[in-house]
Amino acid sequence: MSSVIHAENVSFAYDDQVVVDDITLSVSKGDFLGLIGPNGSGKTTLLKIMLGLRQPDTGSVELFGTPASEFTDGTRLGYVSQQSSEADSMMPVTVREVVEMGRYPHVGIRRLTEEDQEIIDNALAKVEISDLADRRISRLSGGQKQRAYIARALASEADLLALDEPTVGVDAESVDQFYTLLDDLNESGITIVLIEHDLGIVTEHADMMACLDCELYEHCETGKFLESDALERAYSSARVLKSAGFATGD
Amino acid sequence: MSTEWVKNWNPAVGLLAGIPFLLVGFYIFVYVLFPPLFESFWGATCGTVDTWLVCSGFLQRGFTAGILIGITAPIVGTYLVNRQMALIGEALAHMAFGGVAIGLFVGAAVPSMDYPLLFALISATLAALVMQYIAIKTDGYADIPIAIMLTGGFALGVAVISYGVTFHSTVDSYLFGDILFVPFENVQLMVGLTLLVIGAIALTHKQMLFITFDREAARLARINVRFYDTLLIILTALVVVAAMQIIGAILVAGMLVIPVAAAMQVTNSFNRGLLLSILLGQVAVFVGIFLSAEWNIATGAMIILVAIALYLWTFNVTLGSVVILAAIFASLVSWNLAVGVSFLLAVIAIFSLVRLR
Repeated sequence: MSSVIHAENVSFAYDDQVVVDDITLSVSKGDFLGLIGPNGSGKTTLLKIMLGLRQPDTGSVELFGTPASEFTDGTRLGYVSQQSSEADSMMPVTVREVVEMGRYPHVGIRRLTEEDQEIIDNALAKVEISDLADRRISRLSGGQKQRAYIARALASEADLLALDEPTVGVDAESVDQFYTLLDDLNESGITIVLIEHDLGIVTEHADMMACLDCELYEHCETGKFLESDALERAYSSARVLKSAGFATGD
Repeated sequence: MSTEWVKNWNPAVGLLAGIPFLLVGFYIFVYVLFPPLFESFWGATCGTVDTWLVCSGFLQRGFTAGILIGITAPIVGTYLVNRQMALIGEALAHMAFGGVAIGLFVGAAVPSMDYPLLFALISATLAALVMQYIAIKTDGYADIPIAIMLTGGFALGVAVISYGVTFHSTVDSYLFGDILFVPFENVQLMVGLTLLVIGAIALTHKQMLFITFDREAARLARINVRFYDTLLIILTALVVVAAMQIIGAILVAGMLVIPVAAAMQVTNSFNRGLLLSILLGQVAVFVGIFLSAEWNIATGAMIILVAIALYLWTFNVTLGSVVILAAIFASLVSWNLAVGVSFLLAVIAIFSLVRLR
């Protein structure tokens, strides 16, 4: 199995606060990796480092075998972020226009062709939002919006899909459908890295789990993971207890 | 490594390589093709309509400049507004005003350098680059550099003017705009700038839209966000300098923002919004110029007021209708049927667009 992401001894700190400490982690082609950990455990930062959006202070990251900072084939990466940026809550842009953006890295400065349009149609159909194509994206529900972002990743023909807590604020029924869609995409060969706070649902769908709190506690198959004590260790670490203490004020 | 660099900067390199050809093309169009085109268009218009509004050389040049502003300002404005950078045009306009002041000062001393718009172009572009640099290098709120540039540019302009000897009427024409003050070479300059803006946006619209909507995802798709940000802010500087002659440094931002704000109210699509904002910009320019000629009111101010009336109308049909009806009534009473009719046509056109959304 070839490695899609390979991070080696990666560390990152905001000023003097270390949020990612010497983490080594590989994601293989076809994996469905669930990334969990307490609040502020550096999950999002690690994900951004792995995608080359941030430079680690020390250590190295390879994406598809190329150093992440030099990786130029943006078409292979799809990203669904934490719920709604400010722009998508105001900006007049239709669902179809958002999905078209997935083709932009492919076409550069030339126009979208018939073939591009077909790929966009298929992406919309795949996530079952064809009927919403002309709606303003800000008027969709949380679940529909996230589907649109998945469609954008599909339109770019990404083979790595990274999701950062995609189902925050999405109703339970839509969450189930959303994960069914992810399973489906994973089966068709797309590698998925997912940050999720809902442990129950992520262990149900992901085939690999990684648990971190600044450092990596465990990275293995989901079955083994549930038998290990990684969660207990991560969520009872000194860091977490300290911040919880602050939060409750005792 | 070197090939990686080329790949990273592909759009930039492509654009840079095209510049010499582009310049030659520009030169030919602006200096060889445009003047006879201008003559024959206004000659024909004057021949058919035959009112002083289209037959006076002053107004012909003013109209042409206005039409060009009505195209370019809403184009760049559409991206700016959706990036919450609505006031950046105002800051650049004030810096351009500082440049005009320096240009007038230098021009008074060295007659061969008497071309204030060139100074405006340089100072606005420099300001754009500095602002981009500050945005990258500092952690502060985005409106801080805007506020500093906005006041700083004006302070510079006022300081230079108070030191040198300048005619107030000349300064006023750059501050508030003056449609009767557009020499033909400035129209030519504007044609060149308009072509540049349209060409650049036609090539990079997709990347600009992607970055405007979702910066992080655009970076992930390995779009060179910094390059396109810099391009947009430079284009904005060009548009602002071009628009300053008619609208005036103080009111320029209105043309970048108001037609876009109005278009955003009535459409769900970014691309349609872009086109509609150009259309609304044209209506504002045409009606504004007509009314300013009719009522003897400053043109820049009238254009902005008409744009706001259009915005109110898309925002709240009743309120807007009252404003527009009042304007129509006044224009009919006072004589010029053409004004009233053009107004009515504009209203009908926009109304049908609203219905068709």
